[in-house]
Formats: sequence, structure tokens, C-alpha cells
Amino acid sequence: MAMIEIEGLTKRFGGVTAVDRLTLAVEAGEFLTLLGPSGCGKTTVLRMIAGLEVPDAGEIRIGGKTVFSATRGLFVSPGKRGVGLVFQSYALWPHMTVRQNVAFGLEIRKVEPARMQKDVSEALAYMHLEGMENRYPQQMSGGQQQRVALARMLVAGPEVFLMDEPLSNLDAKLRIEMRVEIKRLHREAKATTVYVTHDQTEALTLSSRVAVMEEGRLVQATPPREIYRRPANLFVADFIGSPTINLIPGKIVQKNGRTFFEGEALSLPTPALAAHVGAEVTAAVRPEEIRIETGESGDAVSGEVYAVLPAGSETIVQVRRKGRIFNVRVMGETSLNIGEIVCMQFIPEAVIFFQGDQGNRIDTGQE
Amino acid sequence: MNEKSPFVNRLGLKLKQPQVVLGLLLVVILTGLVVVPFLQLVHDTAVWQEADRRMSRTAEPGAWTLFHYLRVFASPLSVNIFYRPLLHSLATSLTISLTAMLLGGLMAWLVVRTDMPFKKTIAVFAVIPYVLPSYTLALAWLDFFKNERIGGAVGICTYLFGVTPPDWLAYGFIPIVITLSLHYYPFTYLLVSGALISLDSNLEESGEVLGASRFRILRRITFPLMLPALISAFILTFSRAVGTFGTPYFLGAPVRYFTLATTIYTSIVNRTPAVAYIGALVLILISMVIIYLNQKVIGEKSFVTIAGKGLRRRVTPLGAWRWPAFSLMAALIGLAVFVPLLLLLWQTLMLYPNDYSLGNLTLHYWIGKSQAALAEGESGILRNAQILGAAWNSIRLSVIVALITGMMGILIGYAVVRGRKTNLAVVLEQGSFLPYLIPSIAFGAIYLALFSKSIGPLPPLYGTFFLLILVCVAKNLPFSARSGISSMMQVAGELEEAGMMAGANWLQRFRRIILPLTLAGSLSGFILAFISTMRELSLIILLITPETRTLTTMTFRYVEQGYSQFADAIILLIVILVVGGEFLARRLGGKRETI
Repeated sequence: MAMIEIEGLTKRFGGVTAVDRLTLAVEAGEFLTLLGPSGCGKTTVLRMIAGLEVPDAGEIRIGGKTVFSATRGLFVSPGKRGVGLVFQSYALWPHMTVRQNVAFGLEIRKVEPARMQKDVSEALAYMHLEGMENRYPQQMSGGQQQRVALARMLVAGPEVFLMDEPLSNLDAKLRIEMRVEIKRLHREAKATTVYVTHDQTEALTLSSRVAVMEEGRLVQATPPREIYRRPANLFVADFIGSPTINLIPGKIVQKNGRTFFEGEALSLPTPALAAHVGAEVTAAVRPEEIRIETGESGDAVSGEVYAVLPAGSETIVQVRRKGRIFNVRVMGETSLNIGEIVCMQFIPEAVIFFQGDQGNRIDTGQE
Repeated sequence: MNEKSPFVNRLGLKLKQPQVVLGLLLVVILTGLVVVPFLQLVHDTAVWQEADRRMSRTAEPGAWTLFHYLRVFASPLSVNIFYRPLLHSLATSLTISLTAMLLGGLMAWLVVRTDMPFKKTIAVFAVIPYVLPSYTLALAWLDFFKNERIGGAVGICTYLFGVTPPDWLAYGFIPIVITLSLHYYPFTYLLVSGALISLDSNLEESGEVLGASRFRILRRITFPLMLPALISAFILTFSRAVGTFGTPYFLGAPVRYFTLATTIYTSIVNRTPAVAYIGALVLILISMVIIYLNQKVIGEKSFVTIAGKGLRRRVTPLGAWRWPAFSLMAALIGLAVFVPLLLLLWQTLMLYPNDYSLGNLTLHYWIGKSQAALAEGESGILRNAQILGAAWNSIRLSVIVALITGMMGILIGYAVVRGRKTNLAVVLEQGSFLPYLIPSIAFGAIYLALFSKSIGPLPPLYGTFFLLILVCVAKNLPFSARSGISSMMQVAGELEEAGMMAGANWLQRFRRIILPLTLAGSLSGFILAFISTMRELSLIILLITPETRTLTTMTFRYVEQGYSQFADAIILLIVILVVGGEFLARRLGGKRETI
């Protein structure tokens, strides 16, 4: 098991800064996902850890050993970093059979033939590829190719697994199957894993920690639950969650000695924000934190049902209030009709606030 | 910003990237192969040569002078040694290009877009003329039309019809244009048929829906869309034709009809190399202007007509013209391929020239032993040590050149594709195109200029086999670089990166991953270099010495001596080797692909 430490990592392509002074430590045995929209630099970070890209500045240490340092002019080649990489395209060699693909790395390392046979067979069996040794990659399905790519990585016994959107080329059903497979792999091999994806469900289900990136910078690196519940800023709040979080711009005001959030479509008591009176803020509520009731009730606000989108186990209801659409998640099915007037009830503790100007979350000391 | 990294470290890291190291190395090699010889040529046109002492008393070898330029451009000799050959070069090349464009374009349209019978057969035979050496037709033409002018036997024409062909039909402009047009039309055929195949018929049909007549559609829609391909074909043909040596020499020299290419040769033979070098510079200039114009025109007029899948091709019914069209195409191919080869074969089987009776047929010139009474006692080509030696040289040269050029093509492809968009990659890609700008005979002249004397510790390479390899490799680079780059594009960078992750060093990655994956795609580069070296005459004629002679230069010698049986037999031998070589390469390549 090896820890990965990254300090001040910077990479520019021409005039574009792809990765900007990124500092991050991945604990030994951890499963860390780099998450962000395309072009945020997550794949570049992974490739720099692997040694396929030479950074412009910064330092990378794997298992305490420095593999890259700009100041010392140090660069350890990919094959000597003790890391394995699964490519988005799998990058299986089309002119080699499955067995040859998996054996290649061992041949390069001059492992003795008997040992090599055994290791390759074990890796193939581990990935349920028995009987396919002599096939060529193009003769296999996407899922099987993925398994070969994983076997090829495993056989060399790396201390660090790097995976670059490995599931993005698979259909939805296979993706779930392979997700389970990767989770099993990580648990059994106990290798430190860095996983790149733009799919938040994948990130939230697989990882022990999610690192969200935006335009080359690290925004937040916390466990999945934290990312979802306490996003560091508006970008993370908006990026994570489907349907997206409800955002309501407004202001913190004081009325009759009590602190309120005053937005155009919503007003809520917010005693925890007394220190922020007068500030422009954005209130954010997850769709499942709003309750819909058909009758009038205390502090609920009314709106008109705009759309009803059933999705089997849940239903997304869109409610319009004062020109603003609210996404509401309702478990199971609902008998609501479009145009019906309903009440939305907000749970004040579940509402998070962000600074109006910079978009950083305001710490209310809750949870 | 923590920009503490010192420059030296960054440079060191850069130099660890194989595409950078390789790219630099290749740029150095290209400079040595093309740029340095070119500069030497320019230099030699502007200084006194040792040989110039004959011409001017003020000649001081090594000192700068404009003497040569004045002599070529503004002296009483200029008309003969420059202006008239220039005019001849332009006139023949222009007419050849237009004729070839017409023939090739027509054939492409008939094969791709009409219901002409036996289209597939015509398509198979259409490109054969290009595989033959360019002067095959010229020799066949001589066998047929030769008159008393150059001495020796007269041609079959006189024997069959009892008419002596006039000089204008036997030699000079007309035969040069006819034979080279028949040789070069496959360029147009290939380019235009490619463009026609990828042209979506919907574009034409939408014209039809608007009520345009068929001729109007052809003129207003099809033709303009074909224009880029036609222009490319024209340029390609022109730049080849202007630099070719064999045909204009065989057919032009007897009546002193010289082109720039043949003037370059005679100037070298007459020991006025500076005149030859200036001629070469002018050829290069013409070629560059033409190619520049091509880039400009094509750059503005490249149409995206490829619609991917679901492309439909409409077939134009020819009606009553179906069979006449087929007959015309069959006749064209017959005249370009079968008639000349049969003429050559017949010639090689005649014991005494001039006697076309069956009783005169013999295999003497193929397998006969030396007889004092025949051809000064030279034995048949298959037991003639000189010719077999030349054949061995040709095969050796072609195979070595094909291997080196093909390999360099793959390496250039690697450095260009992996180093994409870096300045180095751009320089390398464009640099590998340079030899294309230099007509063959001029390229030979450049090499003569540089390698006829010793360079530093290097002895003069003139007269060595190695020099022939160098010049053929350099001249063939543009095409193999193209095919190397395009086949490297098919190999995703991740396939090599996966090798890096497995710990393979560059050599291991190249040998076990990149080479196997690009070899099949680069095969056309290998084959083309092989074929073009096997039949190369213009490029090496200035660099050949008796020890390094090849089949092509032997043909040339025999034609000059008037032994058409030997000359023709060697041409047939070259054709057999070229076709055999291509067949073999395709077999080997085919096997590799099905692994």
C-alpha cells in the first residue's frame, strides 16, 4: 500500500493552464475519485501521476518515493512508478491475443516463463476470462475487453491503481456490473486507487473520498456524503445531484429581532445566520428535502405543478412559484396533476447557504 | 507561481521524450539529404569550376563569378542551352498534363459513373501504365516508327506499310507527348475516380429535381466538384513530366529536340556542370511555383463531399454509346500497355534487326552464348555477366531503398504524430515534403554537385553504391512519410502509453507495438519506393559509374549504342521484376494483416 502526495502540481498546454497548483494527498488504500466536468483537468492529473505527462511545476511522491520534482529535475518513467493504469479506451493491443496482452508486462520485466504462465492464468481467472486466452480483443464485447484491461493491470501487482473513466464506453447495465467488479478489486487488492470520472453516481458509489475539480483547481476533497450534504461552493452544489439542487438567490434580513432569508420565491427563518444580516446569499435545497402537500399549512409556500416526471421508484415534480421552477423528489408515484396548486414545505435545517459574491458555503455550524 | 524549475532540467526532460529525440535526428538527416546538397548546388552555380579554365582565361577555380548565369541567360548560346529547352519543357509538360487529364478523367467517369461494359476489368488495367518505366513506351515507339535518321535498323512501320515515317512523327514533340500522356494518365484516373466515388449523387440529383439537363448537371455540378482532384492531377503530372529524362532523351535527342531535363544531362556530359546546375535550379523553381499554385487553389476549393455512410452513386446510362466507350478505353489501355510490351518482346526475339519474318525469330538475345558476329559478341541478357550484375544492383538497390525509406516513413510518422503541433513536428512534416519539389534529374544534379568532391574527412561518394541508396531514399521520402504519418494516425497514442505503463522502453514499444501495427498500413510506402527505384533512370543517370550500373542505365546504354534487342529485353526484365516485386510484397503484407 502506498500513499500518493501531490504538491503544487501545474500543467500548461500552450497558453491554457490545465492543472493549476494542485495539492492533494491520497491515503494508502484509499479509493479517491477525481470528479468534474470535461476539461477540468482531472485526466491530466491522473496522467501526471502515471508519468505519461510531464508537469510544468510541482512534486509527486508515491509511497514516500519522489517520482517527479520540477525543482530537482526528477522524473521517474511510468514503468518504474509501481502504478497500473486502465485507459478509457482500454488500449488493448489489437495484434496480440488476450494472453499476450496480459503477459506483455511480465515479459518486459523478464519474469521466468513458468511463473509468468501461472500469474497470467491467475489474473485471467480472477477476471472471469477463462477460455478466452487466445481471442483477439476485437473479437470480444466491451465488457470483456474491460476485464482484459483490468487483468493486464493486475498481473503486474501495482501498489496504485489508476483508472481513467474506465466505464464510460459501456452500456448502463454492464456499467453497474463492472462497478461492482471494480469495488471488489479494490477491496481485495487493497491498492490505493485514483479513479477519474465525470459521472457523479459512479463517484459517489465507489469512492471513499471524492475530489471535485473545476478549471484545473481542486475545489473540495471529502467523503461522498460530505460532498453531497455540505458542498464547498455553488459549483459543487450545482454539479452534484440529479436533478440539480434548487438555488434561490436572496438576502439575509432581520425582522422583529429574528433573522430571515428573503428570496423572491421563498422566505425562511434562519437563526443561525444572525451574523450575516444584510449579506447577499443563495439558498440551496436538495429536491428530496422539499415536501409537497396538497392542503394549506403553516409555513409552507404554494406553487403550481409544472411537470410530473415519473421514474419508477421515484417521481420528480416540478413546481412553479413566482416564475421560478423547484425540483422536488417524491418517493414512489404521485397523483398530482399539472396545473394543480400545491404547498411546498422546506425543512430549515436542510437548507444550505452560499455567499452571494464568491459562492462559498456559509458555515452554519449544523450537522 | 512556483516556477523554480531551471531551464536545463526542463530541456533534459524534453530530451527524454522519444518523439523529440527522433524528430531532431530526422530533421538533421533531412537537412543532410536535401538542404545541404541544394546549397552546394547553388554555390557551384556562382563560383568558377576547374573545368571552366577551358572557357575563360580569367577563370579562377573557387572564386565567385556571375559568368555561368550570364552564359545561360544572356549570351549568344542562351537560346540553344536555355530558352529553347525551357520552351520545349513547358510545351511538352503542359500538353502531356492536359492530355493525361482528359484521358484519365474520362476513364474515371466511365468506370465510376456509367453503365459501360467490363468496368471492373478496365479498372484493373487502368493503372498498369504507371507501373511500367516511363520510357517503355518511348522504346516501343522507336521500334515502330524509327526511320533512317539515327542509323541502324528502321522500325516495323516501314516494314509493314513500306512508308518511312517522317521525322515529326518518329521523334520530337508529338511522340514525347503521346507516350508520356499514356504513361501519366493513371494519376488523373486515380484521383478523379477517388473523388467521384466519394461524391454523393444527391448533389447531382438535387440539380435534376430543379429541372437541369444532364449535360448542365455535368457542367455545373459534377465538374466543379471534381475540379480540386483535376487540378491536383494536373499539377502532379506536370511536375513529373517536367523532370523526366528518359523519354525526351530517347525521342528528342535524335532530332536535337532538347528539354531542360535532357540539357542538364548533356551539359554534365559536356563538362559544363554549372550550366546543368542552373538548369536544375530553374526546374526546381518551376516545380515550386506549380506546387505553390496547387496549394493555393486546392486550399480555397476543397469541398467536403464525403457524406460517410449511405452514399449513393448514380449510374448514367450511356445508351448506344456503351460499346463505343468500352472500345475506346480498351484501345487506350491496349496502346498504353499491351501493344508496346508486345513490340518490345518481338524486337528482342529478332536475330537480325530489320528482318520481321518468322524465320528470323530467336532467343539469342535472352539466353544465347556470345557470338562474335552478333552485337559485338555480347551474350544474351540472362547469361551476360554485366547485365546480371546490373540486375543484382537494381534488385539490391530497390530492396534496400524500399526498406530504408519505408522505415524512415514510419519513424517520421511517429515523430510527427506523437509530437503533434510542436514546431519540430511541423518542420519535420514539411521538410519530408521537400524532395517532392525537386524534379528527379535536378535531384541527381544536386547530388552530383555535393558528392563529386570530398567533404571534410568524407571521401567523394560519387561512384559508390551508397550514394545511389542515399539519393533514392531521399527522393522517395515524401511518399513514404505520407503513408507513415497516415498509418501512425490509426494507432491510438494510448496503445503505446499502455506499453509505457508495462515498463517497456522505447525500442521495445517500437518493435512490439508500433511496428506491427503500422507495417500493414505503411506497405504501400515500401512498395512504391521499390517500384520507383527499380525503374528509376532520371534520378540516377548522372550518378552512375560502370561499377554501379543498374538495369535502367544499361537500357540507356544499349539504346545509345543502337542495340534495341538488348535494351528492350532489359525493359521487359524490369517490368517482370517490378510486377513480381509488387506481387510478392502484397502476398507478404496480406499474410501479415490476417494474423
